[in-house]
Amino acid sequence: MAKQIVKALDGAKAVAEAMRQIEPDVVAAYPITPQTEIVQTFSQFVADGLVNTEFIPVESEHAAMSACIGASAAGARVMTATAANGLALMWETLYIAASLRLPIVMSVVNRALSAPLNIHCDHSDSMGARDAGWIQIFAENPQEAYDNTIQAIRIAEHPDILLPVMSMQDGFITGHGVERVEVLEDKAVKEFVGEYKALYSLLDIDQPKTFGAWAFYDYYFEFKRQQTEALSKVPQVVREIGKEYGELSGRYYDLFSAYELDDAEVAIVVLASTAGTARVVVRKLRQEGIKVGLLKPRLYRPFPGKELVEALKHVKVIGVMDRSIAFGSIEGCGPLFLDLCASFYTYGNGKGPQIVDYIFGLGGRDILPEQIEGMVKELLRIAETGKVPYRVGYLGLRE
Amino acid sequence: MTVETKINLKELASKPEKFAPGHRLCAGCAEGIIVRQVLSAIDEPVVVATATGCLEIATSMYPNTAWRVPWIHNAFENAATTAAGVEAAYKALVRKGKIQDRNVKFLVFGGDGATYDIGLQWISGAFERGHRIVYICLNNEAYMNTGIQRSSATPLGAHTTTSPAGEVIPGKIQWRKPITEIMAAHNIPYVAQASPSHWRDLMIKVRKAVAADGPAFINIFSDCNRGWRHDTATTIEVSRLAVETCYWPLFEVENGVWKLNYKPREKKPVEEWLKAQGRFRHLFQPKFRHLIDEIQAKVDQEWGKLLERCGEKQ
Amino acid sequence: MAELKGWKELPLGAVVLEPGSSAEYITGTWRSRRPVRDEEKCTHCMICWVYCPDSAVIVKDGKVQGFDYDHCKGCGICAHECPVKVEAHAVTGKPGKVIQMVEEV
Repeated sequence: MAKQIVKALDGAKAVAEAMRQIEPDVVAAYPITPQTEIVQTFSQFVADGLVNTEFIPVESEHAAMSACIGASAAGARVMTATAANGLALMWETLYIAASLRLPIVMSVVNRALSAPLNIHCDHSDSMGARDAGWIQIFAENPQEAYDNTIQAIRIAEHPDILLPVMSMQDGFITGHGVERVEVLEDKAVKEFVGEYKALYSLLDIDQPKTFGAWAFYDYYFEFKRQQTEALSKVPQVVREIGKEYGELSGRYYDLFSAYELDDAEVAIVVLASTAGTARVVVRKLRQEGIKVGLLKPRLYRPFPGKELVEALKHVKVIGVMDRSIAFGSIEGCGPLFLDLCASFYTYGNGKGPQIVDYIFGLGGRDILPEQIEGMVKELLRIAETGKVPYRVGYLGLRE
Repeated sequence: MTVETKINLKELASKPEKFAPGHRLCAGCAEGIIVRQVLSAIDEPVVVATATGCLEIATSMYPNTAWRVPWIHNAFENAATTAAGVEAAYKALVRKGKIQDRNVKFLVFGGDGATYDIGLQWISGAFERGHRIVYICLNNEAYMNTGIQRSSATPLGAHTTTSPAGEVIPGKIQWRKPITEIMAAHNIPYVAQASPSHWRDLMIKVRKAVAADGPAFINIFSDCNRGWRHDTATTIEVSRLAVETCYWPLFEVENGVWKLNYKPREKKPVEEWLKAQGRFRHLFQPKFRHLIDEIQAKVDQEWGKLLERCGEKQ
Repeated sequence: MAELKGWKELPLGAVVLEPGSSAEYITGTWRSRRPVRDEEKCTHCMICWVYCPDSAVIVKDGKVQGFDYDHCKGCGICAHECPVKVEAHAVTGKPGKVIQMVEEV
């Protein structure tokens, strides 16, 4: 296991630190709360000569991803960061980046989409982009944000993959929350990420290539199929990289993490920082003899449905906690609920636990342990009576 | 800036063509002429970014490409920023010793739609940051690729499908946006207007733009026989008329100094240029004739202002 | 027409690997008239070459050799802009310029 130093870093600074150690060739970024600190911290590294990175202070997020696409197509290793409406603004370019098979790594500090304007945490921004073809990974805390950033480079650039990666952390909660972060040595990170060798490059003057051609209905479909093929290989690659990273740092990463799930009767499925709060609730309830477990997905796109079904199929009732609403979906549910239900249908042979969705934390609304505890008690009631009072509930909403 | 101003067409014609035939540009399209003139004027290796539009569509229909140089299309509004990203990557990779410095130049082609309208912010940002890119606007005065819709480059009185000449409204009711002036106001090292009819002037300008130590912008008059309604053979003639009527003056702004490159011996009335195109046909009806006078007044006003700026006699 | 490739064979991301591959597409079938040149009277000024949108004027050793009829779209710009007059064109017999447009058969 490599030597590491413990630093007090908030999630944003942890990501900036990882970026400094990775030392990408180009970073094109635009500020937006709560990502701003990533860009500011990195800019200072550039100004102090601590990174040999061409930093482009673009004039909008759409311009940020546009420049990233140009730089990545030119064979450079490219990183950026954004949040909320910034992510929304670059919507068309997200699809372009993924379709052009450019391994850009972007940190997304999850923040609610307007309107109303809200700078606090929810997952509506990255969930809104879940169809764009990017790989999506969620972090629970600054340590994971740091570790995921480094692994993201290897995942994106893997020859079987060649897709951009969005690495998420909760806005303010993780982004501005200072915690202990074990930081690897610069050398170890450099060795882990290695050198980037692009498959095709715009700067190949002697064998010029055309990027971004337009394709008629006689070709477009095939290129989309290629993307699905690459995404199908991601879970395996995420596991391999997660294992390799574990050997280096002592922290092993997988597609998800489970806590007290093996013999659980009811389970909580939740992404990111709220999993930390849920874990405390699970520990408390376990001490009271309640068989409750927790599953925290890490890889969100592609959705590791098969693996999640395998881990959850023995449970009687699942309470999914969604920090965004997939508006217009059945019963007003959230995206995690949709993905999980579809997974049980596909991999569960038509059988499976009762699944109930709980929308929480929108616009940064705080989620309290007692609210999660109340939710678990309801899951237990459902398990006992078989009666489901509603498919989609709300935690912390004023009626 | 000093560049090679000697242009020997026989020499240029002996070099391999960087722009292949077989593209789907309309017969007689000025964009094909301009791209060939631009690329043959440059000796250094180039990487080209192109905005969505006629040129991009006609030259990159998968699996065909007309480009014999590295080329990228990203989206409609962001060609300048895409090129800026490529330029930044080039700087970084050369500095890190990962690739050789071959004095690569970065060109952008964008139509008037991409340049005057949807992409203005992106160009402005790239110019403010000082990227060494040469942005060439191919101005055919409308969104031609989608079927002749008005842009802010469309002149007063022109018929387009979104500013049609009707019984009551005689085509576009606004004058064109002074984009070259706007680009010059960014205080970039080189800005110019050119026309493929005056190929020697165009090629020298391209060389100056490429040599500029910073962003450069050339607005090139790009006749569209389809959208402007005239015979495919008169593309260059109509372009020449635009210059001779002072509708499209040829000038440059080098490090803030304005210089007129061509003063017609005899300034022709703009009506001669309007008459050559079907898109202005309705202006010759008695009820809309006053617009021809308005257009002449606008042309004269801009010409007068340009002469003053360039220190020329009125 | 050749069989189109499936998704497993196509280059990733729709990148076109062969520069200038559009040359294999014949646009010559578009035209309804074609340029013909009076070879003897041609001064090889290169004006037709500099004004052709389709790279269809073939030049070799500083001399115009002819037209690439596989790609010439018959726009007529070369004929219109040609600066050299003739009294009786070698091909058409008509007075006019060194390059004249004739009906495509």
